[in-house]
Amino acid sequence: MLAPMAAPPTAATPSSVAPTDPLGVAGSDASLRRFLHGLPGVDQVGVESRAAGLATRSIKTTAKAYALDLAVSMVDLTTLEGADTPGKVRALSAKAVRPDPTDASCPAAAAVCVYPDLVATAKQALGSSGVKVASVATAFPSGRAALDLKLADVANAVADGADEIDMVIDRGAFLVGDYRRVLDEIVAVREVCARPGGHDAHLKVILETGELATYDNVRRASWLAMTGGADFIKTSTGKVQPAATLPVTLVMLEAVRDFRRATGRMIGVKPAGGIRTTKDAIKYLVTVNEVAGPDWLDPDWFRFGASSLLNDLLLQRQKMRTGHYSGPDHVTLD
Amino acid sequence: MSRDRTRRDADRIDVRKTYKLYVGGAFPRSESARSYEVTDARGGFLANASLASRKDGRDAVVAARKAFGSWSTRTPYNRGQVVYRIAEVLESRRDQLEREVREATGVNAGGARAEVDQAVDRLVWYAGWADKLAQVVGNANPVAGPYFNLSSPEPTGVVAVMAPASPLLGLVSVVAPVITTGNTCVVVASQPHPLPAITLAEVMATADLPGGVVNVLTGHQGEIAPWLASHLDVDGLDLTGVDDADLARDLEVAAADNLKRVRRPGPEDLAADPRLDRMTRFVETKTVWHPVGT
Amino acid sequence: MTEIPTPASPFAYAPAPESTSVVDLRTSYGLFVDGAFVDGRGESFTTLNPATEQPLAEVAAADAADVDAAVKAARRAQERVWGRMPGRERAKYLFRIARIIQERSRELAVLETLDNGKPIKESRDVDVPMVAAWFFYYAGWADKLEHAGYGTTPVGVAGQVIPWNFPLMMLAWKVAPALACGNTVVLKPAETTPLTALLFAEICQQADLPAGVVNVLTGAGETGRLVVGHDDVDKVAFTGSTEVGRQIARAVAGTRKKVTLELGGKAANIVFDDAAIDQAVEGTVNGIFFNQGHVCCAGSRLLVQESIAEEVLDRLRARMSTLRVGDPLDKNTDVGAINSREQLDRITELAAVGEEEGAGRWAPDCALPSTGYWFRPTIFTGVTQAHRIAREEVFGPVLSVLTFRTPAEAVEKANNTPYGLSAGVWTEKGSRILWMAERLRAGVVWANTFNKFDPTSPFGGYQESGYGREGGRHGLAAYLQEENR
Repeated sequence: MLAPMAAPPTAATPSSVAPTDPLGVAGSDASLRRFLHGLPGVDQVGVESRAAGLATRSIKTTAKAYALDLAVSMVDLTTLEGADTPGKVRALSAKAVRPDPTDASCPAAAAVCVYPDLVATAKQALGSSGVKVASVATAFPSGRAALDLKLADVANAVADGADEIDMVIDRGAFLVGDYRRVLDEIVAVREVCARPGGHDAHLKVILETGELATYDNVRRASWLAMTGGADFIKTSTGKVQPAATLPVTLVMLEAVRDFRRATGRMIGVKPAGGIRTTKDAIKYLVTVNEVAGPDWLDPDWFRFGASSLLNDLLLQRQKMRTGHYSGPDHVTLD
Repeated sequence: MSRDRTRRDADRIDVRKTYKLYVGGAFPRSESARSYEVTDARGGFLANASLASRKDGRDAVVAARKAFGSWSTRTPYNRGQVVYRIAEVLESRRDQLEREVREATGVNAGGARAEVDQAVDRLVWYAGWADKLAQVVGNANPVAGPYFNLSSPEPTGVVAVMAPASPLLGLVSVVAPVITTGNTCVVVASQPHPLPAITLAEVMATADLPGGVVNVLTGHQGEIAPWLASHLDVDGLDLTGVDDADLARDLEVAAADNLKRVRRPGPEDLAADPRLDRMTRFVETKTVWHPVGT
Repeated sequence: MTEIPTPASPFAYAPAPESTSVVDLRTSYGLFVDGAFVDGRGESFTTLNPATEQPLAEVAAADAADVDAAVKAARRAQERVWGRMPGRERAKYLFRIARIIQERSRELAVLETLDNGKPIKESRDVDVPMVAAWFFYYAGWADKLEHAGYGTTPVGVAGQVIPWNFPLMMLAWKVAPALACGNTVVLKPAETTPLTALLFAEICQQADLPAGVVNVLTGAGETGRLVVGHDDVDKVAFTGSTEVGRQIARAVAGTRKKVTLELGGKAANIVFDDAAIDQAVEGTVNGIFFNQGHVCCAGSRLLVQESIAEEVLDRLRARMSTLRVGDPLDKNTDVGAINSREQLDRITELAAVGEEEGAGRWAPDCALPSTGYWFRPTIFTGVTQAHRIAREEVFGPVLSVLTFRTPAEAVEKANNTPYGLSAGVWTEKGSRILWMAERLRAGVVWANTFNKFDPTSPFGGYQESGYGREGGRHGLAAYLQEENR
């Protein structure tokens, strides 16, 4: 990092208490701006060509088996529709716990991701399975609401037992350079994520990279979110195109790698939206492995926000197990 | 007849000019303190020209290298103006040069006038090329990828030039293209006809041409040329004025030591309209790539 | 900064070897002269797979009589057929060749990797597509020469001698423009990588290219000397070492032969403190470890601004630790085999000199195969312009790291070499890029990128990196007579 590196190293272990501003860069609006604009630039052609290179990795046999199980265990199985119902969420939860009913060796998904009003339903359905409940909040997906409404949205999900909160940043404020406003909002949400007895809800900060438009902005927004205390940085809501792309995720993986080098803290990364095939997922895992490093090859540190991806992973698992191609009737459609 | 040309009064003794070398903008004698007799077309004494040594050649290369940095980075517009200025000053001294050409070669007055006319016109022609060559020989290249890609000519560096016997037009024809494109040069003037070369040097010295851009040596081609051909700080070699095929080959062999760009001698009508090849021989195509992205 | 140890990854990529079944290797190969394969009169030689040291095939060597026969065939074909053929018809043959190269791309890529040792990833994604593109590009010039500014008269017979680092690509760079301009060629591929040129000869047969237009003579240096020295060759094109380039320049002195030479380099890759640092590191890695560093324009000197030197080195080491060195046929291999024992010895020797001269040597701790020719991607730190590894072309995966303080110092150091093939600049400041690009004495300047090639883009050096340009409109100049310029 070309940014200040004064922070003392600390152990890289998951922590539910994320200190805000570990680098001491947010003292003033000006210092925050200087810091973010002092981050090294990202060359679009260069980063896209690096991502394309990583995408040519050929992952076969044992490596593929490992990648498939890892990817399944990283899926935040998501439903974010106006038409969502308790029934739909219960079905999805069952699928998350046991993605492939025909194969006991298949790992569970990481989480079920729903709107706040369905958190309680999901929590109940998942019980003690270990599968987390994630809830989008803060006037998802646009984030265009008054702060107190956004915080109430979060508080509601936290009160209903959400393990993880996926908030959206104020892209409008970011694009006009009002980084302070974005940061303050993240910090405020983080406070609402706290639970008196511990077990704070983990905070995933959605950058909505499709609206940030440039990789320079993606890098800055990543650092801004991490400075605000994000546990995870997430690409997209899934409601804006383009959603997750490999190069955007690569830039975010570089950011968490560099943040760890600067502060000792590990932050997770979650690409969301548009990742539908095993082939895609494996490209992401290769990128995690070679850019952020193997430490991130864990559902605690990397997730896929997806819905249809899981079934493709399952079909591929079945193909590897049986030696022949499977079909959509052999995976469950919830 | 020639030595008394300025006589108005039979009683007055001429002040003759000493013909010296032109190196780094100054007019030194050869460090060897040698000279050789230059005669007119009928064998009459004209002057003692400096007989340059290999060390003069070395000094000239140092001067040319020193001048290269600023000359090559001047704007082409500016270089064009300087070359045009040489034409202007040459025109203003045409009487002297016509006389020197006539004396050197024995051509009649009309022939000498024509040679000076052509020399001036040639300088004007090249002057106009300074800011156009890149447009004609450069390229925007449509590469298959998100990259800006541009090729443009740049001067090769220090060029050693063996001037042809044609004492003025020949000299201008080989020097003008080399310096118009931003090179600097060390010219070995025509051995039998060196005097117009030194007068041209005086023209250049008073035409805003920076010292060292053109350096003129007079003397024996066979003595100086091998040192220039093998000199590792010389980038190009123009053999136009080398009539001896064996010498030309030997010089080309020597030039291979640092892979000089070599222009071989060959039949050429210097009176004909020039082509681009004298400029393009001593330019390098540089291609710059840059990604296109946000 | 926190030192983060690199743990062993649980994500171990399983071997992913490309199948060699697509290649039909013969036990022995002849010369390709006048449209047919014939026995060579010289003593045949063995070409090896440098990754295994196993023989691939016996290859004929051309002697003086073979060279004479090939030049005669080329002359006949040039005068009677190819030189007279309308450009639009020549174009169709070249388009045909481009298409067949695309059709047989996998076969060409695998054979190139077998014979050369380069990763299949590169032969498949870089070399072979570039070869097809080169023929496609120059095919289109064949009937448009009057618009190119170099006249339309072919030179005649071209003798072309190419190196082992990009056997097919260098063939394409030489053969495509020569043929487009109406010349015929006698091509001498490198001794250690003759096989794809012979497969190309087969492609010429499939394309029904008239006999004698392309002749391929395999052999060692002596065969090359005979081609270059043949009296009836009008044009010599060579890519290879500066030393051989000098010999060729001497050999053709005093003749009428036109020459283009594409020789060595010692390129500086200059990284400023405001660079897009991850891409700069990536470009540095690509600049020196692409094709095992067997690249004349390789960025073998990293000039990094002193203020960020440690930062860049940390990132560079981390990135190098992810390079996968090994079986060139494995689709995940990033760095393949050194092409020959001789080249490995040269790299080994120069690296040892670097250590003796006090530079700090570092290479990632990667396992190397037990047979074959291998060299770990290596960097030397604390290098100065006085070190041999900063001056001599290593032609291997060895990077010398130097520092600078100001733009002017960077230019001065970058230009402080007899070579002048390429240079790299990394900065986010546009005006500085152009300032640097103007001052760097190199035929190609890559700004915020490195090692990019394209058939439309001229390539070639300043100074002792040779003369002439290959690629683009400029690439036609070498193959057309100068009378009309």
